[in-house]
Amino acid sequence: MRNWLVRDLAGIAVISAVLVGISYFLGWIPIPGMAYYNRVIVTIGINIILAVSLNIINGHAGQFSMGHAGFMAVGAYTSAYLTYFHFQPFLATLAEGPGRFALQQALFLGALLAGGAAAGIAGWVVGLPSLRLRGDYLAIVTLGFGEIIRVLILNIDKIGGARGLSGVPAFANFFWVYFFVCIVIIVSWRLVRSQVGRAFLAVREDEIAAEAMGVNTTHYKVQAFVIGSFFAGIAGGLLGHYLVYLNPGMFQFTKSFEAIVMVVLGGMGSISGSVLAAVILTVALEGLRFVKEAFGLTSDPRMVIYAIVLILLMRLRPQGLLGNRELGDFFRRRKGGDR
Amino acid sequence: MTVTAVLEAKGVSIRFGGLTAVCDFNLAIQPTELVGLIGPNGAGKTTVFNMLTGVYKPTEGEIRVSGVNTRTLKAFDITKLGAARTFQNIRVFKSLSLLDNVKIGGHIHYKYSWADSVLHSITFREHERQAEKEALELLSMFDLDHRAHDEAKSLPYGDQRRLEIARALAAKPKLLLLDEPAAGLNTGETTELMQQIRAIRDKFGIAVLLIEHNMELVMGICERILVLNYGKTIAHGRPEEIQRNPVVIEAYLGEAVEV
Repeated sequence: MRNWLVRDLAGIAVISAVLVGISYFLGWIPIPGMAYYNRVIVTIGINIILAVSLNIINGHAGQFSMGHAGFMAVGAYTSAYLTYFHFQPFLATLAEGPGRFALQQALFLGALLAGGAAAGIAGWVVGLPSLRLRGDYLAIVTLGFGEIIRVLILNIDKIGGARGLSGVPAFANFFWVYFFVCIVIIVSWRLVRSQVGRAFLAVREDEIAAEAMGVNTTHYKVQAFVIGSFFAGIAGGLLGHYLVYLNPGMFQFTKSFEAIVMVVLGGMGSISGSVLAAVILTVALEGLRFVKEAFGLTSDPRMVIYAIVLILLMRLRPQGLLGNRELGDFFRRRKGGDR
Repeated sequence: MTVTAVLEAKGVSIRFGGLTAVCDFNLAIQPTELVGLIGPNGAGKTTVFNMLTGVYKPTEGEIRVSGVNTRTLKAFDITKLGAARTFQNIRVFKSLSLLDNVKIGGHIHYKYSWADSVLHSITFREHERQAEKEALELLSMFDLDHRAHDEAKSLPYGDQRRLEIARALAAKPKLLLLDEPAAGLNTGETTELMQQIRAIRDKFGIAVLLIEHNMELVMGICERILVLNYGKTIAHGRPEEIQRNPVVIEAYLGEAVEV
């Protein structure tokens, strides 16, 4: 019996049930502006997926990638292409009912996974040559590749080019976003506590020593890159199907930087740190919208305050909020060793 | 000899630009032999090590590990052939736990994919259980098991050296290459290390190639010694012979007296 698979599937079912419950609850909360809050919650979720997936590449494997937005774009456009041009027209021919609803969910899941796979393949294509470079060089090359992907999309008329793609079906919701939040956290958690994850960490710590221990460093760098890109693609797919609109401008390198800031702020290599930073930064960016009105300012000081907060945090806690630890480590301090 | 040499270097030379760092290096190590490689600073000892373990490619000559020519192989392939090493300037994975350090050492033996890791498959569990057991065994051999979950950088220098040896042993090598294992250790620690190296050889039945500055250590445990000076092999023989060899005394020991 493959009871480990059964247990995992049961876990997924439980997670799904809980998420459905929460999403009904969120829809029910009768406070004004709840639609806005729901939107923020979903944005947080998408940012968590981005940060945790980038953390696999930057934090665990130690490869400084600046092209995350590019892979996000690949996933977003691939999944939107499928749902917009194929699945939505097909679904429209069916009669309304639970059958169509179920089929729509299944097709959406398929589209997201296809988007993730396309992003993963893009990650592989980009990673294979560029991961032979180190540090700054890799950062520049990935930055370049991210931009190339964006410019390519900008020039494909079929998917809207510079006009963007409007009318992407609104398939994404709280459930799907947080479903993948759970998946990316579990995957990344299990990876880093396996020999594969240890190989990532070894590459980050010392490539020469890792090779001397029989770790094929290029192989593991590419693997981390592909897995991270896959989830960036999923995040892109969710974003497109939530905003109902896609535009290449959404995937500029500033988007990659947002994700990098989350990973660095949370603490490189810390999964819970990435989650925490994604939540804090998204909430901060939204919360600061009120500053202009509250103080009757003529221009919006949002980004200035945001920048100051980042500078202060990096000044006061350069290792990030959690360093390379996980949230749990702070509650059960291991005996011995320095903290 | 009927047994394949675990390591065989024939006419190995390497040039960096105009500088010949190592010239016509020859060495064959039989299973369970304990061989020392000595020489004054800059003699090319570590360069030899780096060639044997695939970090550098020799300009000329042939290196065979377990009978396989390593010319086209990467460092990690050579580890798979059964040669594991330590480094002169310690290279433990500093912010990982001792346990993880040793588990990475056994990397080539724990074969499962990312999918196994994510799904926690049976293969994953079996390998992880084995990895945990083997890593703890090695750590306890070096009296480090009580700190298994501490970060490697929190260890004192001498323990980091021993952790590095434990990590190399986790690869279950046929040949263990130690690059100045006693560097920075005091006399007491060095004596302990000598006993430990011999014990490792006897327990695991592996060959050891040792680079060392510490004469006491090399003369004390090595069965055969090779002396390098300016990249050339100037002597090769049993410790007693090396100690009496006038060329060696002039190049190495003689120099030490002047200082």
